Amino acid sequence: MTDVAHGHVGGTGISNVKLGMWAFLGSECLLFGGLISTYMLYRGRVTGGPRPSQIFDIPFTSVSSFVLLMSSLTMVLAVSAAHKDDDRKTNLWLTVTALLGTTFVGGQVYEFTAFYKEGLGFSTSLFGSSFYTLTGFHGVHVTVGIIMLMSLVGILTRSSMPGKKAEVVEIVGLYWHFVDIVWIIIFTLVYLIPV
Amino acid sequence: MSAETVQTTDKKEHGMSDVGYVRIALILAAITALEVATYYVDFGPLFLPALLIMMAIKFVMVVSYFMHLKFDNKVFSFLFYAGLVLAISVYAAFLATFHFFIK
Repeated sequence: MTDVAHGHVGGTGISNVKLGMWAFLGSECLLFGGLISTYMLYRGRVTGGPRPSQIFDIPFTSVSSFVLLMSSLTMVLAVSAAHKDDDRKTNLWLTVTALLGTTFVGGQVYEFTAFYKEGLGFSTSLFGSSFYTLTGFHGVHVTVGIIMLMSLVGILTRSSMPGKKAEVVEIVGLYWHFVDIVWIIIFTLVYLIPV
Repeated sequence: MSAETVQTTDKKEHGMSDVGYVRIALILAAITALEVATYYVDFGPLFLPALLIMMAIKFVMVVSYFMHLKFDNKVFSFLFYAGLVLAISVYAAFLATFHFFIK
């Protein structure tokens, strides 16, 4: 009844907000599918610029990937704590998730800077353009996720959230896990498979 | 009674304990380590299939357990996997048009 009053559950008994988030994530598959396909098509077009194997730092990116993967664990622990109405743990895990996400984005900024210094600009080659577009779009998604997480921490701290808190944490969690699964694909297809 | 029912439903929906999530994360970390190992160790013709299978396993594990699709309403699974299958089909056709799969 409370859920219906807040407009969270429709006639199907399914949460409308959650349904909307899953539909959005389904559509995001198409966005990243396009970017990944374009990269796969152009990754060999280096035209004088550095080749992927010359600039990729696999140990560094592996650590970044591990950090993002672990942020998915802390996110799911935040969702779990929210379902138990444990606000203190929810805030703690959300903050840790945001910090891990920030570490990942910081690593990406460092990586982009290093690549630029090694001669790979956005317009150096088709490889450079498609690489920066794909990983840059992903980085923007992670940054948006961090803003969502920190906003959530602020809202939960002031206890001013309408409706079910746990569901809101879960919705933000779905978005966060999505950026993680996109990185799982990018890490394999872009970094680990040689051109 | 009503509150109990809601609590039970919630537990069913999020059917894993925190320890369970940590176990899943450890498995994901181990698979990532194996993936990185393929970059340094010569796996021969198994290299590409092994890498793609490990990527798929990690993807499905995060979606099923961390995103709770395994425990949630099947409509959510349909929405997400429909988008995914559509994306894979459209872009496989797109890449085929550019002779990507023919060396």
